[in-house]
Amino acid sequence: MADVVVEQGRLARSAGTRKRASLHHALKRKSTVAFLMTLPLILLIALLVLYPAFYSVHLATLNKSMQKFVGFGNFTFLFKRETFWMVVRQSCLFAITAVVFKALIGFIVAHFVHNIPAKGQRKWRGMLLVPWVIPPAMSTLAWLWLFDPSYSAFNYTLSYFGIGPIPWLGEAGWARFSVILVNVWYGAPFFMIMYLAALKSVPEQLYEAAAIDGANWFQRIWYVTLPMMRNIIAITTLFSLIVTFANFDIVRILTSGGPLDQTHIFATWAFRVGIESSDIPLGASVSLFMVPILAIAAIFILRDINKRGNEA
Amino acid sequence: MIRRKLSRRQFVAATAMSSAALVAAPYIRTANAAGKLSIGFWDHWVPDANKTSEALVKEWAEKEKVEVAIDYITSQNKKIELTVAAEAQAQSGHDILAMYTWWPHAYAEHLEPVNDVVEAAIKQNGDVNGTVKYLGQADGNWLAVPSTIGSQIKGPCSRIDLMKKLANIDVQEMYPAGAPPKADNWTMDTFLKAAEACQKGGFPFGIGLGETTDSVDTAGAIFQSFGAELINAKGDLTVKTDAVRQALEFYKKLIAVLPPDAPSWDDASNNKWLISGRGALIMNPPSAWAVAKRDAPQVAEQCWTHGFPSGPKGRFAPYLPYFWGLWKFSKNKEAARSLLTHLSQASSIEKFVSASGGYDLPAYEKMTTLKTWAEQGPPKGTLYHYPNPFNHQTLSIAAWPAPPKIAQQIYAQATLTKIALRYAQGEKMEATLAWAEGECEGFMRS
Repeated sequence: MADVVVEQGRLARSAGTRKRASLHHALKRKSTVAFLMTLPLILLIALLVLYPAFYSVHLATLNKSMQKFVGFGNFTFLFKRETFWMVVRQSCLFAITAVVFKALIGFIVAHFVHNIPAKGQRKWRGMLLVPWVIPPAMSTLAWLWLFDPSYSAFNYTLSYFGIGPIPWLGEAGWARFSVILVNVWYGAPFFMIMYLAALKSVPEQLYEAAAIDGANWFQRIWYVTLPMMRNIIAITTLFSLIVTFANFDIVRILTSGGPLDQTHIFATWAFRVGIESSDIPLGASVSLFMVPILAIAAIFILRDINKRGNEA
Repeated sequence: MIRRKLSRRQFVAATAMSSAALVAAPYIRTANAAGKLSIGFWDHWVPDANKTSEALVKEWAEKEKVEVAIDYITSQNKKIELTVAAEAQAQSGHDILAMYTWWPHAYAEHLEPVNDVVEAAIKQNGDVNGTVKYLGQADGNWLAVPSTIGSQIKGPCSRIDLMKKLANIDVQEMYPAGAPPKADNWTMDTFLKAAEACQKGGFPFGIGLGETTDSVDTAGAIFQSFGAELINAKGDLTVKTDAVRQALEFYKKLIAVLPPDAPSWDDASNNKWLISGRGALIMNPPSAWAVAKRDAPQVAEQCWTHGFPSGPKGRFAPYLPYFWGLWKFSKNKEAARSLLTHLSQASSIEKFVSASGGYDLPAYEKMTTLKTWAEQGPPKGTLYHYPNPFNHQTLSIAAWPAPPKIAQQIYAQATLTKIALRYAQGEKMEATLAWAEGECEGFMRS
């Protein structure tokens, strides 16, 4: 019996030692350390992102005075509102147009910068990043002054050529153009820098091979550059689409959604309905409506990336 | 040249100290026998006006032995509205908070009734106008205390010279300083003719058609002067009425002579329009004139603030009252009531008016003839008629008399300026009315 006890004790000791050893081993593993070090940040994100997200879902299920559960009542109410569908259309128009132009301009400028000799390239890269580095709330204020009804610098300049005055923010078409323009100005450098990084990773041999095959500049872009940049293009597009859909500051500062609500996007209309009109549940429902749209976009774009990964 | 090297620690310490100094709010410490009180006042745009409220609170705190902290919260970019919403939601924050126009009703269930404070103030200073009652009372209870700080009338501020030259109207004769108005002919028709004449003369009236309060307030007063209500006091839809049609017809003619980019105007645009010397009239409290006094004195000398034109159903002027709300969650309600009573005394009101250069308007009828308005200039007497001293116009807010929680939606969504603009831009009358009716139906949800 005593032997057994001794044996059991030895066994238990050896199991304990193994556990300690494996814990010790786990702690020594780089991934465990990395996880532990990022844990405070993960908890912070959970607190600052997940909690508000679930709270907004909860808010969206309440009635206007926030005293009664109404389920999807706010959404069914919204679906019957003409203005809501106008905001959906405008948000899509705003986000898609802005992202397309940002991507296009970013792609072209990245090529230009890529072709600048390495010595002067850093200066250009720095200068071209300036719009993206300035906080948009500040830079948009400068744009507001450029578009200002009374003191527009653009109209002042155009008047020398006998053009204008253009109601930059006073007429629906011009107002939409202006908010998209500012968004493109602000966001294009992000695409530029991402595409520039992607361009630099394309092996030079591929271009040499293409040149030997007699490919012209367009064919080099079409058959070499674009396929090599596909994943980065997809990811930047998705990222930018999310950020542009959720944009608030540019529209809020330039037009506040006007004239006649024709520049409202989800975030600005949610603010108008939720905060300014004291209907927080409806405002939460408006902003949550972005989720399914972005989820569908994410599924399409990311699924494409997986496919290519498998093919590779 | 001697250069002192700043170590990282010194830099961090200096930054932390200067940040702390920058964000520090006025803090008044007394013997602390009667507890603590925290106040969120509206951050006044007039430079020294905050000092007056601080001094008045300090005076009271020292007497009552209460420890007081004051935060001055800007209304820029809706910061004050966000604060009200956040504190109501969190059930925590200041004891007393400035809230304007619709907010007492919007957060009525979170506010402590203050009947005793307001009734005492009315007894001392005279009755309050109908708009203050409409916005500050529910079921006979006062939801908040009318605040002198921030309350304003957004009536016409005209250029004396331009109105005389282009529209043949002498605004000083119509509204003489120190005497009752002689404004029987100052009607909507006269106003429209003057707007047309000034536009022809190259100085259009600067009236916004945007979605911010200045545009909405003007539209509200014009609609009311035609008796046009989108929703009546009982909460019934009254969009498709002759009065609304008349108001839209009037607005269509007016919009034709306003600056073409007026649909994009915000609350700063009309001020700039006047100060830049491009317009003959704007609808604003005297802030535009006060800035002109500093930046464009030749314009300020020609400014005269006066009453609104009258329409078929009366003379209405846009009025925006501010309130001080006392949250139910406040832990020192007795001290808060005492402070609010102190701030509503005639002597305190007089100091507020004086510190704001006449911008702030008391809600009480006996307080509209203070010497500040008579003395302000140039030109002397320019603000005499600003506080409506002869009560010759009805002070009102856009979307009145709809039940406040519905009216707030009409106001915040700028439904009045939107329908005026839609119709003026060529939409058919019935289509515009149908759209407005749909919007108003949506605002009625509970």
